Amino acid sequence: MIPAAFDYLAPTSVEDALAALAEHGDEAKVLGGGQSLLPVLRMRLGDPSVVVDLGRIDALRGITDDGDHLVIGAMTAYVDLIASEAVREHATVLTKAVEEVADPQIRHRGTVGGALVHADPAGDVAAPILALEAQLVITGPGGERTVPASDFFTGLFETAVGDGELLTSIRIPKHTGWGGHYEKFVRVVHQWSIVAVAATVRTEGGTIAEARIGLTNMGLTALRARSVEQALVGCEVSEAAIGAACASAADGTEPPSDLNGSADYRRALAPVLTRRAVLAAAGG
Amino acid sequence: MMTRISVTVDGSTYSDEVEPRMLLVHYLREVVGKVGTVIGCDTSNCGACTVHLDGVSVKSCNLLAVQADGHEVSTIEGLARDGVLHPMQEAFRACHALQCGYCTPGMIMQSLDVVRENPTPSEEEIRKGLEGNLCRCTGYHNIVRAVEQGAAAMAGSRTADVMAGE
Ligand SMILES: Cc1cc2nc3c(=O)[nH]c(=O)nc-3n(C[C@H](O)[C@H](O)[C@H](O)COP(=O)(O)OP(=O)(O)OC[C@H]3O[C@@H](n4cnc5c(N)ncnc54)[C@H](O)[C@@H]3O)c2cc1C
Ligand code: FES
Ligand code: FES
Repeated sequence: MIPAAFDYLAPTSVEDALAALAEHGDEAKVLGGGQSLLPVLRMRLGDPSVVVDLGRIDALRGITDDGDHLVIGAMTAYVDLIASEAVREHATVLTKAVEEVADPQIRHRGTVGGALVHADPAGDVAAPILALEAQLVITGPGGERTVPASDFFTGLFETAVGDGELLTSIRIPKHTGWGGHYEKFVRVVHQWSIVAVAATVRTEGGTIAEARIGLTNMGLTALRARSVEQALVGCEVSEAAIGAACASAADGTEPPSDLNGSADYRRALAPVLTRRAVLAAAGG
Repeated sequence: MMTRISVTVDGSTYSDEVEPRMLLVHYLREVVGKVGTVIGCDTSNCGACTVHLDGVSVKSCNLLAVQADGHEVSTIEGLARDGVLHPMQEAFRACHALQCGYCTPGMIMQSLDVVRENPTPSEEEIRKGLEGNLCRCTGYHNIVRAVEQGAAAMAGSRTADVMAGE
């Protein structure tokens, strides 16, 4: 299928990109890696009259160490995130999740920022970002503002990024020494998550001191499983103890029903996948 | 509004006016004439259209031609040299890794990406590396064998080059 016609702009700075967005208003659409936007344009689920490609803005790409945070440029491709030793060391749950996204060709093009702004509830990047309590840096005509991950996902395919704004970077507090695991449940490889769980935990001498859990595809947005996080504190690293603490993983969620599974099926999956994710993250 | 792009495809540089909405795969097939790269789906799932952009694999149905402006594209048509198949093409032939052959251009381009990352991939690494490429005929078994054999042949020819002092 062929997209509807549009004009194409390829600015080389954030300022020029913002100016293009200001000029064209809601007629304009931002192009990141294109791995979700191209399918949208081809199926004509969207028909912007101007496409603003961020692909030539070098400043939006790369991972830097800012003391107690890692700063990931919004246009950093999945493949570069996976290759980053710093992310693997200080935010291992994110590396593990991104390794499970789509297939190698899509991981060469797709970007961390594009995935977050697309905000598909079945996407694999949001749950680890919630679990790591990241900060999302949004730049608009009035300058920069920072939104905590817990306020970023506002609804189905909706985020705090407004018209005329860009997600420019993601600030991740270093979780040095924390274990991390992403447990993705699919029937065939290279499928979107039916349900998945991002877990990052800090252990002290065989018990869990702190835990953060993000759920993928258990509602309109990725979610934190806060009751599980609390139940895990002080929990011995054993299958039985962790399993009991994870029993409430689906509480309060409203997962979708679709061809891959009913809402009840997803509610049954969540505690099981959470137990597996936490056990793996705790090295148990 | 037409946009002028300049793209190097299989070693030759092309300069063309294109509509921004033109997909890279359509540019390769309809403008440049590289019909070896095929389209197998509408959802970017099948991988038949896989080419290399600046040396790494991408699905050319999921990229605009304008995004390739100033970059280098390699397709299945650029692999053979003077009528001699590339070792990976030869391995697909020798291992019966194709039946209808429709997935083959993409499979071979992605197989080369697997070997670029890891010159001696295990069976599991090959299967994971090809997860974005669908084959409706072979059941994948002979494709995996072919990638093993192609990777070994490529390693062998590199060793031979070194021994010949190249
Ligand atoms: C076959 C296939 C399988 C897939 N499987 C998975 C999977 O298993 N798991 C998964 O998580 N994802 C999957 N994806 C989606 C993939 O991860 C996308 O790459 C990602 O969702 C979007 O990132 P992108 O950089 O390509 O963004 P784009 O497609 O370019 O953009 C997505 C949206 O975000 C906006 N946008 C992009 N960047 C910015 C920015 N910096 N600021 C403001 N707005 C911006 C765009 O306007 C658009 O609305 C799959 C995609 C395909 C085609
Ligand atoms: S045609 Fe590109 S993935 Fe199917
Ligand atoms: S050989 Fe027919 S699709 Fe693979």
